[in-house]
Amino acid sequence: MNRTLTLNQLPIGSQARVSGLLSQGRMRRRLLDLGLVDGTLVKSIYASPSGDPVAYEIRGALIALRDEDSAQILVEA
Amino acid sequence: MGMTTASIRASARPDVAVIEKAHPREKLIALAGNPNVGKSTVFNALTGLRQHTGNWPGKTVTNAQGVYRKGNTDYRIVDLPGTYSLLSNSIEEEIARDFLCFGGADATVVVADATCLERNLNLVLQTLEITPKVVLCVNLMDEAKRVGISVDLKKLSQKLGIPVVGTSARKGHGLEELMTAVESLTEEQAEYHPVSVRYTRVIEQAIQSLQPLLERYLEGKLPSRWAALRLIEGEETLARRILAVADLNEEETAALLEQVAAARRTILDSGVEESKLGDVMVRCIVLMAETIAAEVCTIPCRCRERDRKLDRLLTGRLLGVPLMILLLFGALWISIAGANIPSQGLAFLFNQLEEALTRLFTYLHAPRWLHGLLVEGMVRSLGWVVSVMLPPMAIFFPLFTLLEDVGYLPRIAFNLDHSFKKAGACGKQALTLCMGFGCNAAGVTGCRIIDSPRERLIAILTNSLVPCNGRFPMLITLIGIMVAGYVSQGAGSVLSALLLAGFLVLGVVATLLVSRFLSKTLLRGVPSSFTLEMPPYRKPQVGQIIVRSLLDRTLFVLGRAVAVAAPAGMFLWVMANVTVGDRSLLAISAGFLDPFGRFLGMDGIILMAFILGIPANEIVLPIIVMGYVSGGALVEVGGIAQLHALFAANGWTWVTALCTAIFCLFHFPCSTTLLTIKKETGSMKWTLAAFGIPVLIGMALCAFVATVGKLI
Repeated sequence: MNRTLTLNQLPIGSQARVSGLLSQGRMRRRLLDLGLVDGTLVKSIYASPSGDPVAYEIRGALIALRDEDSAQILVEA
Repeated sequence: MGMTTASIRASARPDVAVIEKAHPREKLIALAGNPNVGKSTVFNALTGLRQHTGNWPGKTVTNAQGVYRKGNTDYRIVDLPGTYSLLSNSIEEEIARDFLCFGGADATVVVADATCLERNLNLVLQTLEITPKVVLCVNLMDEAKRVGISVDLKKLSQKLGIPVVGTSARKGHGLEELMTAVESLTEEQAEYHPVSVRYTRVIEQAIQSLQPLLERYLEGKLPSRWAALRLIEGEETLARRILAVADLNEEETAALLEQVAAARRTILDSGVEESKLGDVMVRCIVLMAETIAAEVCTIPCRCRERDRKLDRLLTGRLLGVPLMILLLFGALWISIAGANIPSQGLAFLFNQLEEALTRLFTYLHAPRWLHGLLVEGMVRSLGWVVSVMLPPMAIFFPLFTLLEDVGYLPRIAFNLDHSFKKAGACGKQALTLCMGFGCNAAGVTGCRIIDSPRERLIAILTNSLVPCNGRFPMLITLIGIMVAGYVSQGAGSVLSALLLAGFLVLGVVATLLVSRFLSKTLLRGVPSSFTLEMPPYRKPQVGQIIVRSLLDRTLFVLGRAVAVAAPAGMFLWVMANVTVGDRSLLAISAGFLDPFGRFLGMDGIILMAFILGIPANEIVLPIIVMGYVSGGALVEVGGIAQLHALFAANGWTWVTALCTAIFCLFHFPCSTTLLTIKKETGSMKWTLAAFGIPVLIGMALCAFVATVGKLI
């Protein structure tokens, strides 16, 4: 039973697969270059002291994204 | 794609940075790679001291090149900016791509991170589309081994169809082999058939429909397959460049553009949305990288356990921020405490030099003014700057580089990003702020890491709100004077440390407030998106850190400081020794400034010293002393107690010391920093803003403290 949510809603410690990007322009390109294409497994690893940004494991690399940016990434958990 | 034949014909040939070979036999090697893969370590290890850094023409991106000699052949290695992709998201990517396309390299080395190979292969595959002469350098093999990741290099080489060499550049392992592979590739001793990315069926058909025509037009100047892909993708600037290289007449251009339009139509008719065309292409590359990586890498599932544990501590909700402050404070404390003895040693050496020079001048019967100008003016202020500035820098910069090398700095940006976001700025500003503690000019240069121009400008304008190494000694001395009359020595040092910490926090708070103010007014805008890669923690290479940070940072900053301190010293001597009536120029100017100085809780001499100290902040305190004792030249400063007595005799109270300390924290940046800001922003207006903002804050605070101080 898959449900779609945005990446910033993904609880710390859980993982999901990318199902779409809402961001546009350069940010969209940057996310794609980091390997965030449809079907990519993303794991939410930990949050910064203030809870934002959050560090995600993407294709073996640890990448921090701000809340409003991860809200533009659709995932299926 | 909205291009007309005319608009394309009008555009000139691309202005590409051409790297000149020193002689025709020299081979040109491009060094590409993702950020954080140890590309510069490979570069430094290969070229050693035979390197030269500058900027790419017209860009504020550093261009480093160096020479590696193997046998009788010189290899000129060009270090391209670290990028994730070559599809031109940023100036860096554009530079890297343009160099690979048009730079005429004999071979390209792509450096990849063995611990994160999959993501790195993306760039490798993109590079292979542009040039077949690629050697893949899989770096950080030692780190991969340590965390249990293994990479089958032979299989990887087969899969990619290019030579692959494993290296641990920090230990110097594998570099010989790397250059042997480069040699045999440039000598065409071995034959390779690089793999190319397979796109979806419709895209492949579109490529094939364009390739024959492009093959003919481009005459091998650019790979036709790559050119076809970029034209189909329809990114305009790049399309223009390709057409400029092809150098077509009007008829040919029209024919080509028509074919491109037809090819695009076929793809769009098959159901691909126009906006998603680029996505589809990237996806094919990423998936191919995934497939290859899965076949050659073995990654144990718990390999990141240690990093995660460290991160839970260093970026944790409870301890993240306190540990960060503790680390920074520790680094500062070591710099300050450790600098004392070498400072005294250097001061002693300069005194000896001065005495020897004085004897020489006397022996030569040189005029007194010449001795005054050169020895008491120039040499003495050089002595002040070098002995006060060099030791803390020589300690602080390596410590900072150590934190950088271990991989801690991105965690600072991660911890502080939220505060900077609220201020409308970029989290990476936290890093440039930290660099500002070392040297504001270095911090301003460091702002290049911030992508958004608006946020970069904010970071540049606010950088001098934190005290640099040149101001630390002065702050510490002033705090000492403030404390001296009131508490015992034991309690004094604790109180001093707390006050210093207070001033640092004040600087950071001011940075955030001013950033927020700027992004609400002059530099209005919302915080831009950013991605921050947090590389794995790595074992630092202490020896290399010391050498590199001394060469790259310490000597660089010191050189600039010396260049301004020498003429400033002479000027100062003239000011203090040329008299009008019975008062020196220095005394007259100080008298003129006195009322305003008093209003700010200081006096004319102090204000004068800040103005004369523009070339280098570390000469401010000596000028004050000189003004009081009217010695006519800089004097040697004794201990805090003597200073306290001297200043008290000249009417100092704790309010004077506090106001001077505040003004020391918030006043105009030194001339080196101002010149750097001018260079980085290319604008007089923003340089003036960088001058004015801290002064206004300083004056407002000082006037407030002085007024309140008079009341109580």
